Parts: sequence; C-alpha cells; structure tokens
Amino acid sequence: MNDRILSKLAANFRDSILSSTEFRGELTIVVKPENIVPICKFLRDDPELQFDLLIDVHGIDMLRSELDRSSEIYSHDDDLDLLLPPGQTEQPAERFQVVYNVWSLKNKARLRLKVLLSESNLHVPSVTTVWPGANWPERETFDMFGIIFDGHPDLRRIYMPEEFEYYPLRKDFPLMGIPGSLTLPKGESSKEKSEK
Amino acid sequence: MGLEHTLGDSFLATRLDALINWSRRNSLWPMPLGISCCAIELMAMADPRHDVSRFGSEVMRFTPRQCDLLIVAGTVNYKIAKVVRKIYDQMPDPKWVIAMGACASSGGMYRSYPVVQGIDQFLPVDVYVAGCPPRPDAVLKALLEIQKKIEMSRLEGKSIVKAERFPVPAKE
Repeated sequence: MNDRILSKLAANFRDSILSSTEFRGELTIVVKPENIVPICKFLRDDPELQFDLLIDVHGIDMLRSELDRSSEIYSHDDDLDLLLPPGQTEQPAERFQVVYNVWSLKNKARLRLKVLLSESNLHVPSVTTVWPGANWPERETFDMFGIIFDGHPDLRRIYMPEEFEYYPLRKDFPLMGIPGSLTLPKGESSKEKSEK
Repeated sequence: MGLEHTLGDSFLATRLDALINWSRRNSLWPMPLGISCCAIELMAMADPRHDVSRFGSEVMRFTPRQCDLLIVAGTVNYKIAKVVRKIYDQMPDPKWVIAMGACASSGGMYRSYPVVQGIDQFLPVDVYVAGCPPRPDAVLKALLEIQKKIEMSRLEGKSIVKAERFPVPAKE
C-alpha cells in the first residue's frame, strides 16, 4: 500500500515532495508547506486512497542544546550523521516541524505527512478546509509552538489563557514557566497569613 | 447552676459561641469542587459505606451561596484558579477550606508550568489531606478536624475568630 500511496503522490506532486522514509511499515512523507492543502485534498478525494480521517496535527521543536545527548543515546548505525561531538551544537535548518497523521478507513492505511518550518517563517496553510476536525489540533499546535495556520477560522489559544505570551512546548521554555507570566487571583491566602 | 435550678428542666444555660459552634460544626454544608480524579473519592465519601451524614455533612450543594465548607478536590491550574477563587468569594462567611489530595495541597506530581503549586497560594486553607487520591476516610478525618477547629473558635462582637487547632509557634 505504501508504494502505491507514494507513486500516486509522486505522479501528481513531484515538485512538492522533499523526501520520504519508511520505518517498520510506517510511511512518512516530507512535503513543501505551501502545497500541503492540495496534497491533503488529493489524498482525501482520490477514490483509491480515501484518506478521510485526520487523526492528529502536532508540532515538533528540533532545537538542540549542548546538553542534548539524545543522538548519542539513540544513535543507530544508519543515523551516524546525527551524532554531534560533545559541546558542539549544530542547529537544524528548519527548527519546527508540523506533523499530520491521517488514516484511510477504506484501506486501513496510515500516512504521516511532515512540513518543515524555519524559525523566521512560521506560517503554514490550514487544512481545516479539507478536514474540519483539524480545527482544534491546529489551535493546540499554535498554542504550544506558535505556528501560525493561515486560513484557520478561529486561531486562538486553546489551553493557555489568551493573554499568555509564550509557547510552552518549545524547547527553550523552562519547565516551571516564566515567573509572573501567569497570574493568581488576589485575596486572603494561607501564604499571606503565615507571613504576618 | 442557679438559673437552671430556678427555671426548671426546660431551660439550659450555656455560652453563646459554644451554642453557635455546636450547631455550625454539626451541619457543615460542603461545596464539592471536584476538578479531577479526587472527585471520585469525594463522591465515595457520601456513599452508604462511609456515610458522611453521620457527621452532618451530607447536604452537598452545587451552589457556593448555600455552603460553608469548600472541598477543593483536584488539580488546580492557573486558568481555573480564578474560578476557584470566585467560588470561594461567593460563599457566605464564616467558611472553611479543605485542600483534598496532593495536587490541591502542593501541586502533587504536576511540577510544571500550568499547575498552581498548592492552592494555599491564593486561598486560606484550613486542612490539607494527603494522598493521591486520599481515601474517603481521610476526607472524613479532615472534616472532623474542621469540626474541632470550629469548636475552638470564639465570637468577638458579631464576627467569628477562627482558631488554629495546631498553632504555628512564634519565631524566637
């Protein structure tokens, strides 16, 4: 099935496909951000493929720090190019990724689409016109990573308060948050009482 | 002594705050603020096996205006902290607060940016209940602690002065 998906996509969108990998039967295709909507529309409407269900949309922050030893721990033989000498950090050209997991009810097939975004241009077209169910997952990705989905009908924060200024799932966001960025209601509290 | 002797069996002499505290502590109306899994154990507190009505607190009202005991059962994040505070402010005085479970008491296992690390940062908490979640018996114990606290409160003019059951010793 994976070969069939790839050949069909390649026949229609040869210029938009940047790369594709298959790992344990899971097909991942990296595509250009500007063509994500026509590709998704094709995958949904093609009578043979019928990828009619969007499982999830989420983001990835690929920022690397000097403390990041993941490549050493998880290195495989074919991933040796990921290995960095200690202390040296080489940032990837595209810091952010948006991942679309889709599912074809007819073929019982899964497909993962990826879009790479550099920090300077965090815009990607919204796929809410293809799958209306993308509405909330895209809002979540916006809330957590700050990726802007162009054409989204209602791109507001979904978890954090609307006045919040940061993007918590970015790698450079501290685990305990930024002091003072979230406010507590005022009034008598145990803390004030014990300080008296 | 003298007064009861003179007026007969139908009269009882006592202190006013003792009488008020007696009626208050035996009829605490809880506001069950179940905001995560602790709420399940809170519901079990009212079931026939544990039976909170033995202690006079079976009347759970889902409006804060009829309650005098706030039981915060669950994880409080910054977004809902404003709601919790508003519910507390809507309750008529005098009122008491139980922080039920690890999350409400200290943030629990959620040591991260959205979770308030203990509701005592914005509420005056009277009793903390340990556990994740605490057993219903532990909440009953907290209720009894509140009752003891009420018993020790006294009236000053028209206002009630809450007693600290385990007063914090002054710094030397």
